[in-house]
Amino acid sequence: MTLLEAVGISKRFGGVTALHDMSIDVEEGEAVGLVGPNGAGKTTFFNCLLGLLHPDAGRVTFKGVDISGQPIHKRARLGIGRTFQRVELFSGLTVAEHLLIAERARQGRGGLLSDLLGGGRPTVDERTRVAEIVDLVGLAGAADVPVEALSLGHARLVELGRALITEPDLLLLDEPSSGLDRVESLALAGVLRTTQERKGTAVLLVEHDLEMVQRVVNRLFVVDSGAVLAAGPCLEVLGDERVRRAYLGRGVA
Amino acid sequence: MSNLLNYAIPGIPFGCIYALVAVGLVLTYRSSGVFNLAFGAQAYISAAVFYDTAGTHHWPTWAAFVVAVFVVGPAVGFVFDRAIFRYLRTASATVKLVAALGLLVGLPALIQAAWFGTKAKLRPPAVGPTPEHFYRWLSYGIDSNQVAVVVATVLVVVGLGFLFRSTAFGLRMRAVVESPRLLQLNGVNAERVATSAWVLSSVLAALAGVLLAPLYARVDSTNFTVLMVAAIAAAVFGRLRSLPLTLLGGIVLGVGQEVLTKYLPLGNLLVKGFRPSVPFILLFALLLFWPGLRKPDVTDPLAGVNPPPPPLAASLRDERLERLNRVMFPTFIVVFLAASLFALPSFWLFLVTQAIVMSVIFLSYTVIVGMAGQISLCQATFAGVGAFTTAQLATNHGVPVLIAMVAGALVAALVGVVVALPALRLGGLYLALATFAFALMVDNLVFPQTWAGNGQTGVSVPRPQLGPVDFTANRAFFLLALAVFAVSAFAVIFVRRGTTGQRLAAIRGSEVAAETIGIDPKRAKIVAFALSAALAGLGGALLASLQGTVSSDSFNYFYSLFWLVLVVTTGVRTVEGAVNAGFALVFVPELLHHLPGRWANLEFVLFGFGAINYAKHPEGAVEFGKRRSIERVVNWNKRREQRRPSPPGSVPPAPDEQREEVRA
Ligand SMILES: Nc1ncnc2c1ncn2[C@@H]1O[C@H](COP(=O)(O)OP(=O)(O)O)[C@@H](O)[C@H]1O
Ligand SMILES: [Mg+2]
Repeated sequence: MTLLEAVGISKRFGGVTALHDMSIDVEEGEAVGLVGPNGAGKTTFFNCLLGLLHPDAGRVTFKGVDISGQPIHKRARLGIGRTFQRVELFSGLTVAEHLLIAERARQGRGGLLSDLLGGGRPTVDERTRVAEIVDLVGLAGAADVPVEALSLGHARLVELGRALITEPDLLLLDEPSSGLDRVESLALAGVLRTTQERKGTAVLLVEHDLEMVQRVVNRLFVVDSGAVLAAGPCLEVLGDERVRRAYLGRGVA
Repeated sequence: MSNLLNYAIPGIPFGCIYALVAVGLVLTYRSSGVFNLAFGAQAYISAAVFYDTAGTHHWPTWAAFVVAVFVVGPAVGFVFDRAIFRYLRTASATVKLVAALGLLVGLPALIQAAWFGTKAKLRPPAVGPTPEHFYRWLSYGIDSNQVAVVVATVLVVVGLGFLFRSTAFGLRMRAVVESPRLLQLNGVNAERVATSAWVLSSVLAALAGVLLAPLYARVDSTNFTVLMVAAIAAAVFGRLRSLPLTLLGGIVLGVGQEVLTKYLPLGNLLVKGFRPSVPFILLFALLLFWPGLRKPDVTDPLAGVNPPPPPLAASLRDERLERLNRVMFPTFIVVFLAASLFALPSFWLFLVTQAIVMSVIFLSYTVIVGMAGQISLCQATFAGVGAFTTAQLATNHGVPVLIAMVAGALVAALVGVVVALPALRLGGLYLALATFAFALMVDNLVFPQTWAGNGQTGVSVPRPQLGPVDFTANRAFFLLALAVFAVSAFAVIFVRRGTTGQRLAAIRGSEVAAETIGIDPKRAKIVAFALSAALAGLGGALLASLQGTVSSDSFNYFYSLFWLVLVVTTGVRTVEGAVNAGFALVFVPELLHHLPGRWANLEFVLFGFGAINYAKHPEGAVEFGKRRSIERVVNWNKRREQRRPSPPGSVPPAPDEQREEVRA
């Protein structure tokens, strides 16, 4: 079944057309890649999917519901999680606190009243969940470190964990491996595969590292100048002559 | 028709001045991201200088004018930018706003303390020729001073037009106004442009100040607040972006205000309040309904990215210190209680009680500024709502006072939600402006009514009585205040540690990221706003009961500003900061009033300028100072111990090590 369908998304910034009639779809539990040169509009597209930007035209359907008009947090609650190309963490909080906040956001639990009655402490359940995810993304040693003290690579892992703990049905990843070394990238690819296989989480991956892309995804969209240039199974698309010329030919790895 | 024109003409000079200030506001806002609420204060400085030179020292008008507008004006802007705002370029909007507020509170008080005195100065010299000319044309009249204002404005507009259209510098400035970040990315020296914008807009403020004073026939710092609000309304009309629209907005507002008030019936209390509050109402309405303000998509890739707040000074974790603290704190509380109850003379006990009550109000800042990172400029209004609700219920409806107090807190919370709900849609700066306008509106329209605060006469609030316990005695009331404070403080601490506090912390860290994990930032902020308003209302009710009677003067809009800079200085992140603010508010003036008269407002200077440090010390300048001195003592102690290598066995090990040894 189709999980996400974006049809005819267009977005202009003043004179710049960042997206022009862009359409993609993601099946349930599928891992899909989105590649293209810098400035192709990938990040803008993510922002349009989640509602950080409002497209000038087009429609986004998720689980059969038109979510085009919904605010960001509602879309998130429907089951879309994401990470950011420019890392967006909650400065001043520790890794574990990041995950705890996200876990509570998922449960939608706890309000002013329960806080006032002293119900703010994490429950045993919550602590286990947090520990689980910390292990999964490989930050076990750093759970109580404030995020400012982390390397960029680790910061990306925190973002990943924060998204994963909300148990999204679709995970949008914006260049998750930039800033990671090779070993870390491989580990990251591993984490993505496991989540996808065990939890059935669909993944939409923007990535320049084609090795990583091939490890994780089954299907690929190539975008250039805000529109889909080619789509199909990973190897097939990468072999396509047009794609080579438009994208790889420019010397982008 | 002729009537209408007759009413409109005197409005034109006011409109011109509003427009001048508004243009200056937009210039600095667009070029340095600072919404300069201190503009009114800058105008006041130049008005004061002009009064002093031309009026008191009888300088020729032109010389005084040149000094006030073209020397003092630019100098103030230059100093502001180089000494303060230059360092805040990448700071968050909240930090910039706090700095500007600090100046707004501190600067007029400094001028008054330094030489000008606190009294309003009457009959300031006019810029136009003296004696005044009166021109007539058909049945319309205008005096030479008003003509001077209009001529000056036209000259400025023509000058600005030339600057922006025909000079390279103006082109750059216009580019900054269009897109500040673009300019930085293109490598043009944005620093220089920002500084020039400050200087230029400061000249405009100075000009407005010198021109405005004669229109009111007095130099009085409160007039400049009205000027500020009117200018803000004009700037908002121009969507904080378009200079021509801003100009138009200023003039329309000036004329509209005159015309509107002339057509209103005289004598009615509501109308009396309405007259001066046209700009406030207009600003509030514009903020809520002006379609141009709908939050646009961020078109600047960096625009939405607020830099992370500066890290808090690492809190010192010294084992021994913490142990000491565990003993010291309860000891301190016991000694404090005993001293207050048994040793303090009644006058001092009253002051201490007042400080505790104020601490309750200040906890409301801990919630809204410290936890939610939002600037509210109507906390005193919420306190007033709490106080007057309590007074009306208890005095006129026979409700038991304690219950009336709770009702006061609830009503305040409700009002808080009603104000925040529409304003939050637009984001932090607009929330601050809307609360500012709201405070001024309530001051003029609601609090003077007999059913609310009954103006300066005020309303009386009895002391509560609970079964056999009568809180009329000061000792008993002291204990009540302490209990209320304790409950409030624990509420704040629990909320900060709980889900609500964490959500707010997440939103402060990165609002978009918080949203993408499913947190609704608007809801979280509204909860914070409600809680904060409730605390302010509760404190206000308690204050009313402590004093026995309160009038609308106690909750004047200015207190909202002053309390904010005060709490920011002592520490807006902690309960301790709120307590320090409460005691500072009560006892600093107690110390200062031994100083000669014009120094009476020195506390405004102290805390106004203290708040400017918010950028560097978000935990509060006082809190920072405290931590640093503790650190010094600890380090000094360590060094002393290191310097004295003890022979084995001669010094008994610290208790902790002893225990370790035993266990081993
Ligand atoms: N907020 C914005 N304002 C103006 N232009 C933007 C903005 N965001 C992106 N763009 C432009 O849109 C295009 C697509 O950018 P982006 O989505 O970041 O590309 P990618 O993520 O594929 O590298 C680029 O030309 C970029 O300059
Ligand atoms: Mg990108």
